[in-house]
Amino acid sequence: MPKYVRSLLALATVSLCVGALPAQAALRVLATTPDWAALVTELGGDKVNVYTATSAFQDVHRVDAKPSLVARARTADLVVATGADLEIGWMPVLLQDSGNTKIQPGNPGYFEAAPLVPLLEVPSAVDRSMGDIHPLGNPHVTLDPRNIATIAKALAARLVLIDSANAAYYAARGEDFQKRWQQATIGWEAKAAPLKGVGVVVIHRDQAYLCHWLGMKELASIEPKPGVPPSAGYLAELVTKLAATPPKMILRSAYNDPRAAEWLAERIHVPVVLLPYSVGGTAEAKDLFGLFDDTINRLLAALK
Amino acid sequence: MSKRTPIAGAIVFVSLLLPNPGQAANDDVAALRAELEALKTDYTSRVQALETRIKQLESAVATAQLGASPAAPATTPPPAYPQPAPVAAPGKSSNATAFNPAISMILTGNYASLSQDPATYRIAGFIPPPAGEGPGARSFNLDESELTVASNVDPYFFGNVTATIRGDDSIHIEEAYFKTIALNHGFTIKGGRFFSATGYLNEIHAHNWDFVDQPLVYQVFLGGQLAQDGAQIRWLAPTDYFIELGAEAGSGRSFPGTQRNSNSLGSDALFAHLGGDVGDSTSWRLGVSWLDIRSTDRNYADVDQFGTAVSNAFTGTSRTWIADGTLKWAPHGDPTYHQFKLQAEYLHRTESGQLAFDLSGRNLAGDYNSSQSGWYVQAVYEFVQRWRAGLRYDSLQSGTPRIGLVQLGLVPLVAFPSLASASPKRTTIMVDWSLSEFSRLRAQYAWDDARASERDRQLLLQYIFAMGAHGAHKF
Repeated sequence: MPKYVRSLLALATVSLCVGALPAQAALRVLATTPDWAALVTELGGDKVNVYTATSAFQDVHRVDAKPSLVARARTADLVVATGADLEIGWMPVLLQDSGNTKIQPGNPGYFEAAPLVPLLEVPSAVDRSMGDIHPLGNPHVTLDPRNIATIAKALAARLVLIDSANAAYYAARGEDFQKRWQQATIGWEAKAAPLKGVGVVVIHRDQAYLCHWLGMKELASIEPKPGVPPSAGYLAELVTKLAATPPKMILRSAYNDPRAAEWLAERIHVPVVLLPYSVGGTAEAKDLFGLFDDTINRLLAALK
Repeated sequence: MSKRTPIAGAIVFVSLLLPNPGQAANDDVAALRAELEALKTDYTSRVQALETRIKQLESAVATAQLGASPAAPATTPPPAYPQPAPVAAPGKSSNATAFNPAISMILTGNYASLSQDPATYRIAGFIPPPAGEGPGARSFNLDESELTVASNVDPYFFGNVTATIRGDDSIHIEEAYFKTIALNHGFTIKGGRFFSATGYLNEIHAHNWDFVDQPLVYQVFLGGQLAQDGAQIRWLAPTDYFIELGAEAGSGRSFPGTQRNSNSLGSDALFAHLGGDVGDSTSWRLGVSWLDIRSTDRNYADVDQFGTAVSNAFTGTSRTWIADGTLKWAPHGDPTYHQFKLQAEYLHRTESGQLAFDLSGRNLAGDYNSSQSGWYVQAVYEFVQRWRAGLRYDSLQSGTPRIGLVQLGLVPLVAFPSLASASPKRTTIMVDWSLSEFSRLRAQYAWDDARASERDRQLLLQYIFAMGAHGAHKF
């Protein structure tokens, strides 16, 4: 098979040449969501080159293992993922097809955020008849700033581990971030005090950590089961059910279809509050601080 | 008692071997004491070290949960709201099932209403593949039940087996391969039986197809889907664009190859894929592949000029070029509510070798050369959440093969009705409804002009259900 052998040799030669190239200066990070990208940028500054796999307008669960993502996984020094099965449809494919050992689970180049924080809504039993539930618990952990603080600490330590040449830089930025974040958290908690006990309706259960943190009460969710769009009958039932305990507002994430929420809002006469959910979900949510500032501002505005 | 005797004997034996069991014993005791003492102090210091570490970790966790850095002022008020209750970890105990692989099972079946008898289905102008042609039987049909078992084998390999049980109770190993996970520099090696990475649709399992059946060009050139028994190497370039190169070597046992009694490779393949994004809504992939497959006595049934059934056979080489392109569009890249997918492939095949005519009768053989091509283009659009509609067009050009027996005047051309020049075509429309990511119901209608004679109008209703481990969202 001379043709075959020739092509193999060509492949090997090309790869050896590429392998011999000097490593890029900045640490290459593939973040699955804009929130993790923002956090890596906070901690890594100009020492990191971050690529975000999804935007605030995408349901992170439904992404394809598209070619551009496989290419980014190939050259990544670090993957920052949510975990808890949120990216289960595509992350395993990226990892397998990447030909990159650095980012395989178990190696320092693979970082999962959700296992670091206490997860809410861990089902005691799972069955697909319950909808698209996550056996490990609700993976939408970002909207509680205390989770961000915990994850930031571990992520800073991970950056130090992977890129020890810049250890002092990451450590200093990590500490600075923790200081600023803690101050901001105190501010948010004080500002959001009026939201405690406020009843809300959500679409998907992606605001659970926000509600938990601020003490808001989730009275109902527009999806009858996770990932299952509501039927007309179910929505009509909701109208009746919510008449007895009316919520103050309906929360909608930037990536949600607004129609069911708006339909319900009209009938029960409460506002639909658009929340950024992720960095980039609204013009104001430019970074993690902006994400929480804007979320709380929008909630408070709806309360008035 | 009898058990104790050898042990006691051993003790006596060992004690006999000990040097100087007298004065030396006192020294030994002293030495042992000293050693014990050393151990004790060592352990005390270790326990102390551990205690300090636990304390440090505890305070670290506490500060982390408070969202405070250790350098924070001591006047920090506690957070206003309670921390989420930590989840009680389920009692973990050693468990033989902890390493069970991911298992999934796909159920598929259909109802077919066909205007023509499926037994007479033939794609005109082409040597028919042994299987994989046509829409299948009429009425209700149990289709494939596909069982996949997959898991990492160890830190170096991933293993995957996909077996299908077909409606006729036969079991087929669709894929059974290992794949490396620890080769660096973008390399991946696969070995075993696997769907060839040539073309776009070839690697995709039936339950992920956008139509009930394969394009005509896949049916006639690849026997539906080309599985290699062999090895594959892929290399992914370290670039922001997706650039993938690969090569395969296999036995060539599946169509258009045959089982050959030979130590050499029967099937070689090369492929290159290029892909990327345009803006945040569109992603694409282009591919070009080359396949070189050898066959020996590839039999097919035909009818000669007198209307008698004959068995003919091709021995030679099939060389196939494939160009494929796929484009996906979704608003902001989110396919939840709307998605558009456009895909097209062009295949060109030349076959050269010997064609044997009427193996069990006249048994004549001569040269055979053909140059044939085909393509399909299909578009699928999710118009409202969970509902998709699709359109596909198939076209084949058989050309006129050069048959040595005909050119020499030994057999008339009409004795090879399957090879008479033809341009089969098919138009297919489809609508499907996915109640969740795991179930899909589909209706498909095709105007199939694959036969040289009459049009077949095919209505197919299909169900697809996926149970078990979450499937991969392949591009």
